[in-house]
Amino acid sequence: MSTLKPAIGSSDHSEGSDSAAITIVEFGDYQCPHCAHAYPIIKEIQQAFGDQIRFVFRHFPLQESHAFAFQAALAAEAAALQGKFWEMHEAIYDNQYRLNDELFQELAETIGLDIEQFDEDINTEAVKQKVEDDFESGVRSGVNGTPSFYVNETKFDGGPEDLFEMLKENAE
Amino acid sequence: MILEKGKVAPDFELNATPDQKIKLNDFKGKNVILAFYPADWSPVCGDQMALYNEMLKYFSKHDAQMIGISVDSTWCHNAFQKDRKLHFPLLADFEPKGEVSKAYGVYDDEVGESKRALFVIDKEGKIAWSYLSPTAVNPGADGILDALESLEQK
Repeated sequence: MSTLKPAIGSSDHSEGSDSAAITIVEFGDYQCPHCAHAYPIIKEIQQAFGDQIRFVFRHFPLQESHAFAFQAALAAEAAALQGKFWEMHEAIYDNQYRLNDELFQELAETIGLDIEQFDEDINTEAVKQKVEDDFESGVRSGVNGTPSFYVNETKFDGGPEDLFEMLKENAE
Repeated sequence: MILEKGKVAPDFELNATPDQKIKLNDFKGKNVILAFYPADWSPVCGDQMALYNEMLKYFSKHDAQMIGISVDSTWCHNAFQKDRKLHFPLLADFEPKGEVSKAYGVYDDEVGESKRALFVIDKEGKIAWSYLSPTAVNPGADGILDALESLEQK
């Protein structure tokens, strides 16, 4: 059974309470249609279970298959430096159907980022390293496609619907 | 039965393209990862071969060559490779069909395809690790990396 490596730490982006009973980690790619499909289901899970759930997202961009995936991950990390990771995360999935190189700046404006700072940050080695570290953690953790989910650090073999079902059954 | 750790990896010579053959023994002195898989063109994104394609730099850090093998023909492999932009060879275990898969104990007689199986072969040509995955489950790469790492610690 594959487990999450490394464990969740301060460099991770998370939503929900740190003391939540259940932590879900998603390894995702911003250009992957299956991840876009999972995105509203994760929101439903978060709404249904409230502070019982903590959600963490790590990048797993498949660069050879998806031309904009890596750049999109950089955009989310650059937004994170201005405290707006989740705003960018959501904006990218909401606009996945029209991904292109210019989109990220437009989204940065929409979510109210300091554009000069964003443009500078998105090209830094540190931002690139963060995305690559996430990817490597996915490789180490046995990610076998996107999205891949981990529940309390153990790989969950199933899609987002299966995840929702499992959580509902557990809650009963 | 799948060949296990410690056995000498059976040598083979298979076509990588219609006019190029690859021999396992050509890679002596390098680690080799053999990934047997059922068929080209599985319909998911980030399928097993596409996934390994993204991870080649982690494998090359360990001086390891990735090789995919299925019973598809070289023409089919070529098209698949181009479509998915794969940067490693896919070998055609096509004639006699499945012969190499059988030698490694990973041929599925019922469907006539290779099973989903992984081998890490060390620099001397010995099997350092092998793993048979349920056909429906893409096994990821963590097992491969663990095996390559433990080879380095020797």
